[in-house]
Amino acid sequence: MIRLRGVHKAFGEKAVLNGFDLDVPRGATVALIGASGAGKSVVLKHIVGLLAADRGSVSVDGREVAELDQQALYALRRSVGYVFQFAALFDSMTLAHNVEMGLRRIPGLSRRDIRRRAAECLELVDLGGLGDRYPAEISGGQRKRAGIARAIATRPRYLLYDEPTTGLDPVTTTVIGRLILRLREEMGATGLVVTHDLGTAYEVADSMAFLHEGRVRAHGAPSEIRISGDPVVRSFIEGAPELMETMA
Amino acid sequence: MAGKTLDFVGATGRAALRFAATVGEWGVLMQDTIRGLRAVRIWGKLVFEQMMRIGVASVPIALFIAAFTGIVLALQASYTFTGAVPVYLVGSLVGKTMIIELGPVLTGLALAGRVGASIAAELGTMRVTEQIDALETMAYDPAAYLVLPRVLAGAVMFPAVTLLASALGIVAGWLTAIQLLDMSTPEFVRGLETFFVPFDVVFSVIKSFSFGLAVTSLGCFFGFRTRGGAAGVGRAATSAVVASSMVILVFDAFWAAVLL
Repeated sequence: MIRLRGVHKAFGEKAVLNGFDLDVPRGATVALIGASGAGKSVVLKHIVGLLAADRGSVSVDGREVAELDQQALYALRRSVGYVFQFAALFDSMTLAHNVEMGLRRIPGLSRRDIRRRAAECLELVDLGGLGDRYPAEISGGQRKRAGIARAIATRPRYLLYDEPTTGLDPVTTTVIGRLILRLREEMGATGLVVTHDLGTAYEVADSMAFLHEGRVRAHGAPSEIRISGDPVVRSFIEGAPELMETMA
Repeated sequence: MAGKTLDFVGATGRAALRFAATVGEWGVLMQDTIRGLRAVRIWGKLVFEQMMRIGVASVPIALFIAAFTGIVLALQASYTFTGAVPVYLVGSLVGKTMIIELGPVLTGLALAGRVGASIAAELGTMRVTEQIDALETMAYDPAAYLVLPRVLAGAVMFPAVTLLASALGIVAGWLTAIQLLDMSTPEFVRGLETFFVPFDVVFSVIKSFSFGLAVTSLGCFFGFRTRGGAAGVGRAATSAVVASSMVILVFDAFWAAVLL
């Protein structure tokens, strides 16, 4: 289980998280929605220890991330698959080598096992046969899927998706949404999906949390968020800034 | 007047604080890099590749610079030594200068431009495209994976390239002497041997070793702290070259003061 309690984070003068609370129960998929720049990606980076909270608690499976020593932090990271917003593939490596990178950090895996598992992961995201291509040689949607293949290669217990559908066409967006659902069914991983794409959030999430001004403003099942009466949430869902202005 | 003086003092103080903070951040990265030595499985296989990129690929530019430096040294020595000074001292000047000063410094400055900028731009791009974050999420230590192979390769290859360049500079000086200055080979060699001491080579290696560490570590440092997209990558590359060049000149004076 991932648990964040009272997390505060500021970059210089700008407070991004301001008492942020969220639980991601084991086996569930939670969508964290909110406007661009609201701090959604910052939440993900706290979970894997890429950022440290100024105040508050971030724990995974009951262990405080900030208190982990280097080996324990690496062990945590091996149990988490992180899908980056722009895939963050290593551009000097082929897709197969990208996927193999995480596997090389797992003790006891032979080279043959590593290659086989990387090929399986690429197959799982429908990129079988493209393993020898470089990131620059494939489309944006394929890059996203390659990023997902890399994230799932180590068979993680947790999958963190940072804007998995941003910048994609509607068809590819649907493909990615279905892929997230399929991975959840096949791997049973706990998921946290950061997105401002409501369609994907409704499709993949068991529950949704709406991040506004550094804290969770609304949290509930997708059906509850859909009919929320909160004008800030409604403004976001309907893409209607005038609702916010009314409130102000 | 007092207001302007205060402004100046304040600005100087802020600049000094920024400089101290930058040196401190570099120190932390180097500490992480030294700790990364334990992770041989991560960096071991990467050093050779970096030695090729940093060292072998830099040989042509280093040799080009050294050859023309050797030619000019021979011509200028001959021009300067007209009259009372024996002409065989052209060999002394070319040899001594190439080995203890121009070989290491010019090679260091050339590689600061080529290697330092390349490392900063590469790692800077990795930083702004979250590739370094991706490495960390896959339980890689970025200092061990990215910095250590480059710094080790620089420490080994800068002296090697420098020695090669110094040797070619001397050969170019000798060819110039026998072709353009009416000197004979024995005269040139006599000059070379007159003031040569083996420590000159050791001195050259020590200097170029320190230049290699400085150029590669600063390239990595400025690459790692890149912010702000393409413009940030450009700034990182520029900062790496400027800082490396300055450090090379400071080290040059330092080693001369300490070891000569």
